[in-house]
Order: sequence, then structure tokens, then C-alpha cells
Amino acid sequence: MASIHLDNLHKVYAGGVQAVTGVSLDIKDGEMIVLVGPSGCGKSTLLRMVAGLETITSGTLKIGDRVVNNLEPAERDIAMVFQNYALYPHMTVFNNLAYGLKNRKFPSNEITRRVTEAAKMLEIDAFLDRKPRQLSGGQRQRVAMGRALVREPAAFLFDEPLSNLDAKLRVQMRVEIKQLQRRLGTTSLYVTHDQLEALTLADRLVVLNGGVIEQVGTPMEVYNKPASLFVAGFIGSPAMNMIPVEYLQAQGATLPEILPDETDLVGIRPDELSLNPPSDASLSVKGTLMLLEPAGAESHLYIHLEGSDQPIVMRVSGVPQMQEGQAIQMYTSVAALHPFNKASGRRTG
Amino acid sequence: MQTKRTTFSNRWLPYALLAPQVIVTLVFFIWPASQALIQSVYRQGDAFGVRPPTFVGWRNFETLLAEPQYLGSLKATFIFALGTTILSMGVALLFAVMVNRMIRSRDAYTTFMVWPYAVAPAIAGVLWWFIFNPNIGILPYVLEGIGYDWNHRASSTDAMLLIIIAAAWKQISYNFLFFLAGLQSIPHSLIEAAAIDGAGRMKRFWTIVFPLLSPVTFFLMVVNIVYAMFDTFGVIHATTEGGPSQATNILVYKVFRDGFVNLNTGSSAAQSVILMAIVIVLTVIQFRYIERRVNY
Ligand SMILES: Nc1ncnc2c1ncn2[C@@H]1O[C@H](COP(=O)(O)OP(=O)(O)OP(=O)(O)O)[C@@H](O)[C@H]1O
Ligand SMILES: [Mg+2]
Repeated sequence: MASIHLDNLHKVYAGGVQAVTGVSLDIKDGEMIVLVGPSGCGKSTLLRMVAGLETITSGTLKIGDRVVNNLEPAERDIAMVFQNYALYPHMTVFNNLAYGLKNRKFPSNEITRRVTEAAKMLEIDAFLDRKPRQLSGGQRQRVAMGRALVREPAAFLFDEPLSNLDAKLRVQMRVEIKQLQRRLGTTSLYVTHDQLEALTLADRLVVLNGGVIEQVGTPMEVYNKPASLFVAGFIGSPAMNMIPVEYLQAQGATLPEILPDETDLVGIRPDELSLNPPSDASLSVKGTLMLLEPAGAESHLYIHLEGSDQPIVMRVSGVPQMQEGQAIQMYTSVAALHPFNKASGRRTG
Repeated sequence: MQTKRTTFSNRWLPYALLAPQVIVTLVFFIWPASQALIQSVYRQGDAFGVRPPTFVGWRNFETLLAEPQYLGSLKATFIFALGTTILSMGVALLFAVMVNRMIRSRDAYTTFMVWPYAVAPAIAGVLWWFIFNPNIGILPYVLEGIGYDWNHRASSTDAMLLIIIAAAWKQISYNFLFFLAGLQSIPHSLIEAAAIDGAGRMKRFWTIVFPLLSPVTFFLMVVNIVYAMFDTFGVIHATTEGGPSQATNILVYKVFRDGFVNLNTGSSAAQSVILMAIVIVLTVIQFRYIERRVNY
């Protein structure tokens, strides 16, 4: 159990690719941090730097009180769950779990005790004699988890551990990982590009873009107060609508005074738009319904705004009785507006 | 399974297309093989036709297996095949591991490593004959410097070493390519997982990499044994010619000497039949186990 401190970490690959730039982050003991961002943003690189599988170009990495920049992966007291599970195909499940303990010269009764305990916890005790290829994807995933937790390491590192599972299993394993992490209280760093996974698992979320941290915060902080246009667009589905202030003014909408001066773009979440005026101060926009997309319990309305080429999306519950092509009047509460500055890409207030 | 069916306009065309392959097989394989089978149960006649060949049944085999020279040859073959296989596979694996660890010059090294395979066995033999020549060779000169008196014309150990080195050298390329491909097919994340699991470099190699290479290793083992037993005629003919005093007279070479030099066709044919049986067994082993994938 330990805290992890990343101080101004940089990674430049041999070819000159700048994969991670100036990342600083303090991970508290027992905290579950989720690194999220689009493909190629440097999530895996950062995780692998913590694991010791990539060298650190510059900056300081501390696990607990130790600077571990130059330590081998084995000496860092971490365990990692790989995207492809990386189970040893020629070993039984038991030996897969025991391998790390054997290498560390644990006595054999202790190895058996730990492996059995972990296997029971993950409900893989029936498969201990099987080889990995005789297991289903979900079972392999559990074995990979088991291999990480028998070692009782200071920290768990996960690199998209659920991305090879089908949707249903992914949700189930997500819940189990969360419960397990809570129960064991082990500091965890979890990489994913799935924002739902990120929002549900994280104690704190780190949004990464192009090797740089865009925002750090609890899932609700990040969702309710995205710090940049990038975060606003990345977190939340369907993505937040962005409407230029100029456009709203040209349409004769009265913008609230509280918006900071440099605001030239306002963001509105699809579920903050409604067909009826809210009770508090509101803003209204007119458009035509282009497409009605039922999605089970809710529907997505794609609405064309006069004189704007970007459609906006609105989320309503149920399936409204509406015709495509019909004119629509939408309302949103002023308090729900997210003000941004287009040039800097940052939130203004 | 429905396979694609091709229709030929002329009904003789498919037979014509198959003919070259069939003729080559018949003339160079089936015919000599059946001749050997027949001759192995006959005692040859004399060169003047005074005494015709006589049927002797198993007699040729019985004589052969009682002959100390044949048993000696069997032992030499065993040592030679084992030595060649271990040496060529060991060196090839070492090279493959080293090249696999390179990042930039990997392709260049691979190309160089493959060259020896293109050298004809007889030429390779002559090359080694020069290098090891007790009078003019460079190696005996060097060995003398460290106090070893190399002479493969007098010492049977030296002779055996010479043919093992010469035969293994050529096979290293082939083994290297297979080992390299095998190494590259092992997911890197396995090695990384083992590193996190506290296994050092050597430990990782012996507990993860080597077991995962076992299908390749097994395949190469069979191929190398077959090579050493049957495909090294040129090497031996160009270097030791089976000597000194039969020390390197391996089975294949003995067939040739007894048949064509000593003109004992009955015994030579019986030896060929035994070799044929060995090939068949090795081939069966290879197909049986390679198909089934070893170990995992
Ligand atoms: N070994 C390497 N050598 C050179 N460049 C690399 C190497 N590994 C990754 N990169 C580059 O570094 C950047 C970050 O890669 P990284 O694998 O960390 O992305 P990621 O966020 O994990 O993406 P994904 O979600 O697709 O897994 C990418 O531009 C990638 O091309
Ligand atoms: Mg990745």
C-alpha cells in the first residue's frame, strides 16, 4: 500500500515521438485513479513508465517514499494487468498465479495459501489445473487479476483490462474490479479510453490529451465542470453541444450577464436541453428536427439550427411524438451553460 | 468440405501436368528403393556372370547386425547426429536470441546469417577441410599455440569434431530462421509480465521463452537429425572420407562405400533398407507430434 507521486514526467521515444509531456500527479494511498483519453494520447506510455517497462526521459517518479526512476519493474512492488492478459500459456492457472511468488522465494505453503485465497475470491478455484487456452475470455481476465493480487503489491496498474470482453461481461467485471479495489484498498492506476468505465470506476479521473493532462478531478467535477473544450467533448455521451455566442446573439437570444467577457462559445449537455421552459432563468433556441433516434429508455433528437452547419443533440426520455422536419423550440437553464473561450480552449468561468 | 473443382478441356491434360512429378518420383525414388529392397535379400553374383545372384532371405541383415564395423558406424552416426543437432541448434538459438534483442540492424544480421545455407555441402566441406588441414590450415596452427595438437587424419575424436562442426555450421542458418520466427511470435507482454513477476533475464528465458519455443525446438530437432543422418554425405566426402579407421564412417557414407567402392551390393542394399526404415519412423514422429503441437 503506497501513494504514488509523478513529478513533471516526460517521455520521448527513440524516434523522437513526444508521448508524455510534463505530467504531475499525486495519487493518494488507496485511491483509484483512472487515466482516460483518446487513442494515442500517451495513457499506456504513462502507465508503463510507472510500471518500469518504459524508461523515464525526465522527471521524478516516487512510489511511497522511494524514488523508483531507475528501479527494475520487479523492484517497484507493483502488479500489472495487461490488455491481452499476458497469461503464461504453458502454465496452469495455479502456476500462473504462483509464478511471481515462486520467483520471490515464498515458502510453498504460503504460495498455496495465497493462490487458493485469491482464486476463491475471484471464483476461479475450479480452474486451477487448467491451461489459459481452456478458459473463456472472462475467466482469463479473472486469472490475470488473480496474478496481480496474490502478490499483495503496493499498487495495481491496469491497461484497458476489459477491452477484450463483450459489453455485458465488461459491465460485470467493472463492478467486480471496483468492489475488489474498495475491499483491498490498494492504490490503483487504471487506463481506459471508455469514458463510462472511467466515470464509474474512478475516485479521481485524469483526462489526458496529446501527452498532457487536461484535467484532474472526481468524475462529477469533470462531468459538471469540464476545464477545457477537449474534456467537454470527450466526457459525456452524446457529446456536449457547442454553440457560438455570436450565433445566439444573432438569433436574438439574451445571454446572461454572469458569463465572463472572453466567452465566445457556450456548451450545453444534450440532457440539459428540454422542450418545456424550466422554472428558473432560461435561454431558448429554435431549430428543425432532422432525425429522431430512439435508444431504448431515451431518445436522441438531432436538431438543425438555422444558419449553423453543426447539428445539436438533445436527449429526452421516452420517444416523443414528433415528425422529422418539424420546427422545435428548445430551452435550457442558464445555470447549465458551460462557458468557453475558443482560442485558448479553456473554460472561462 | 467443398473444394474448388477445376474442369480441364482436355481429359489428358491433368495427367500430362502430373507426369513430370510422377516420373521423377518413380525413377529417382520408387525404382531405386524397390531395387534396394530386392537386392537386400539377395547375395550378389560375381562380375563375370559365372555365379548368378542367389536368394538369401534375411541373411544380409543378420550378417550386417553381427558385423562390428556396422555397429561402429551406428555408434558414430548416433554421436554425429546428436553432436550436430545440439551444436547447430544451440548456436542458432543463441544467435536468434541476440538478433531478436536488436532493434535497428536486425534485418542486416538476419541476411548474413542465412548465407551459409546457400553454400553447397561439398564446398562447405572443402572450406572446413582447408581451415582444419593439419599442414596448411589456420585452426591447427592456432590450436597448436594453445598446446593442442590437431590432427583429424590420425585422431578419431578430431575427425568427429571436424565433421560435426562442418555439418552444424551449414544448418545453423536454417535453425536460426526458425528460432527467430519463433521468438518473434512470443508476445512481448509475456516477457514484461514475467519481469514484473520478479523473474530475471535468465529465469525469463528458461521458464517462459524456452518452453514457448518447444514446438519449434522439437520440429528442428527432427529436421536436424534427419539432416545429420542423410544429408551430410557431401561434407564427409570432402573432409574425412569416413576415416580415420572408420571413425566417421556414418551410415549413409557406409552405404556408399560398401556399395560403390567395395562393391558389396547385398550388404549395401540391406543398409539402405534400414536407413529407409529410420527415415519413415522420423517422418511419422514429425507428422504425429508437430500436427498436435507440443506442450501447450
Ligand atoms: N515504442 C514506441 N516507439 C515510438 N513511439 C511510440 C512507442 N509506443 C508508443 N508510441 C507513440 O506514443 C504515443 C502514445 O502511445 P500510447 O501507446 O501511450 O497511447 P495510448 O494512449 O495508450 O493509446 P491507445 O488508447 O490506443 O492504447 C503514440 O503516438 C504512439 O504512436
Ligand atoms: Mg494503450
